[in-house]
Amino acid sequence: MTQPGNPSPEAGPTSARPTAASLPVVALDGAVTLLGGFPALAGADLRVQPGEIVLLEGPNGAGKSTLLRLCAGLAPLQQGSGRVLDNDLSDRVGRRRVRRAVGLLGHQTSLYDELTVEQNVRFWARANRAVDTDIEPALERLGIGGRLRDVPVSGLSAGQRRRTALAVIVCRRPHLWLLDEPHAGLDRAGRDLVDDLVRQAVAHGATVMLSSHELDRATELATRIVTVAGGRPLERGPSPEPGPGSARTCTGSADAA
Amino acid sequence: MLRDAWLIASKDLRVEWSSKVLTGQVLPFGVLVLILFGFGISPDRRVVEAPERAVLEQVAPGLFWMAVLLSALLALGRSFAIESVDGNLDALKLTGLDPAGIFLGKGLAVWLELVALEVVLGAGAFLLYGAPLGHPGLLAVTVAATTTSVAAAGTLYAALASGLRVRDTLVPLLVLPVLAPVLLGATLATEAALFGPAGDGWPWAGFLGAFALLYLGAGILSFGPLLEET
Amino acid sequence: MTQVETANATRGATSSKATRMLGVLSAVGVAALLLFGLILSPPDVAQADSVRLFYIHVPSAIVGLYLAFGVTCLGSIIHLRNGSVFWDLLAGAAAEIGVVFAGFTLVTGMLWGRPTWGVYWQWDPRLTSTSLSFLLFLGYLAVRRLDLDPAVRSKRAAILGIIGFLNLIIVRQSVQWWRSLHQGSTLNPVDAQIDGLMLFSFFLGLIALTSVFFWLLLHRFRVAWMEHQIEAASVTTALAARRSEAADYDGLAGNT
Repeated sequence: MTQPGNPSPEAGPTSARPTAASLPVVALDGAVTLLGGFPALAGADLRVQPGEIVLLEGPNGAGKSTLLRLCAGLAPLQQGSGRVLDNDLSDRVGRRRVRRAVGLLGHQTSLYDELTVEQNVRFWARANRAVDTDIEPALERLGIGGRLRDVPVSGLSAGQRRRTALAVIVCRRPHLWLLDEPHAGLDRAGRDLVDDLVRQAVAHGATVMLSSHELDRATELATRIVTVAGGRPLERGPSPEPGPGSARTCTGSADAA
Repeated sequence: MLRDAWLIASKDLRVEWSSKVLTGQVLPFGVLVLILFGFGISPDRRVVEAPERAVLEQVAPGLFWMAVLLSALLALGRSFAIESVDGNLDALKLTGLDPAGIFLGKGLAVWLELVALEVVLGAGAFLLYGAPLGHPGLLAVTVAATTTSVAAAGTLYAALASGLRVRDTLVPLLVLPVLAPVLLGATLATEAALFGPAGDGWPWAGFLGAFALLYLGAGILSFGPLLEET
Repeated sequence: MTQVETANATRGATSSKATRMLGVLSAVGVAALLLFGLILSPPDVAQADSVRLFYIHVPSAIVGLYLAFGVTCLGSIIHLRNGSVFWDLLAGAAAEIGVVFAGFTLVTGMLWGRPTWGVYWQWDPRLTSTSLSFLLFLGYLAVRRLDLDPAVRSKRAAILGIIGFLNLIIVRQSVQWWRSLHQGSTLNPVDAQIDGLMLFSFFLGLIALTSVFFWLLLHRFRVAWMEHQIEAASVTTALAARRSEAADYDGLAGNT
């Protein structure tokens, strides 16, 4: 733990899920997701084991975001099968359970512009059935507990909005963190903070999938790298050989827009 | 369900409290509509059978409810605009909130906003058109039932059109034919409450109550499938 | 059915033995209706020749508002229960034809109003509520045309289809109730002095228009069904095209 003295609100799931080592957190087989007739996911196969930090990398429009949204139970599963946290994604009840158990940070921050930082976090924490005592430490942890607390979200910078959205996820204590480009828009301290949160969550029993174009940073964080291209993951070796400037980083085609 | 409803409603009201869109834009719009109706129907025009009464006074109930209905369209649009700006609807789907609670919460916020609006517009209509108040009890029941009908049906249809770029143009097309019977009932019940006899109005008040209950039920049942969608 | 369906789909035709039979029945029915309605049935005592409009006006109202929108409601319920594409497309097809029939009802109603009331529009309860129902289902069709994911759109349309039909009944009852306080004369054939041949013409109209409705419904549904199948078939090609994007990326990254 980076801060042992802290009450560490980013502690993992409220109830440690008894996940047997054989039971993957995410299990997709030939998953197809059509968005307006376009196959955003074209037969995705993926296994994610408990405690993994899986980095999704690949060009823009490869299907990374859709993959994360599918795992959150938000994108439709038209063909193939998918299980997340032992719930069936093609089943209505299963999808509802998945939605409650994951923490998704998308491109959008899902905040009400008119409400202050604290009001936003408080509302979403309550809506997510989080414990009220988790809110305060989460605000502090994300560095928005001071002056920013009473600022309407409309007055925040992109990075501050992202910190607020992360505070909501921290309160939620998800079993599976789905972070879509969590480093985007954050300063160096913010990106370090994201990495810290991820490591802490995993230490407390959660599993993480994230996409990033900050490949140097993300490869260091991840326990496994999965390249997504053409609407499906192309699996790589289980343990990445990290290292800045290694030949496999593909910044050439991965334009961070 | 009720706890979730209150959470959503208080959030919506807080958003309204800090943005003042309703008080600053929708309310003036409603007053404007009332004044423009006065232009459309000359204030000097007299009722043929009763020359001592102005036409404007006699049709005041209908004009009042038309103004409420048009303002309600804006309030409903606003209610779902705040959810679709920053992907908030997705985030709502990810919460464990009861869909029925979300429906009731959004409806309750709209209901409270509309009642506030009706008080002001009612005072305005009274000032501008001038009409006696014969039966306050009937009027109160009519207002409550009509507002519930508008809030419930409106919230349901606004949710059906939510997340779409054409939302602002689609909601009136969907909601207004549905609320036509409500306008009819509210106008007739209000006419009875103002000019009497009250006996003419009570059946319509009952009709409005039934309509409100029907749409409350429809909303509670259909918000689940609506939020279920991927 | 599926064999016939696929055979038709490959041929690109929407007709089958059933539609051809219905087509013949419709043609014969309409011809008979013209014969009985315009020539054989007597003019009404009060309304003279304008009564003949009833033989198409009332049947088209019944078929359009109740039968067509009823099918839409039924299809919507089944679609919501089990997600059936068949019933969703049938509901949509029925609503489209229902709107046409409702429009036809409005036009014939106004044509009847001109000689009878001296004006085209008289706030007759049936006419008023028909116009509202017409608009109600125009809204339904607008939702069906929305640029949404097909599954999402079908679900929303289904909810609307069910409530829309319930609302249609509410609208008709309330308008009826409202206008009945004010006037008695209304667009209602039962008011007229019913002659045997007139009643026969009316039922003939009902049968002929019902047959026309189902004939159009089958054709319209099959068009929608074929479109659906083309979309489903194009998914395979789209999937292959989508997967091939990966090759380009791997090439750029210097892998594989």
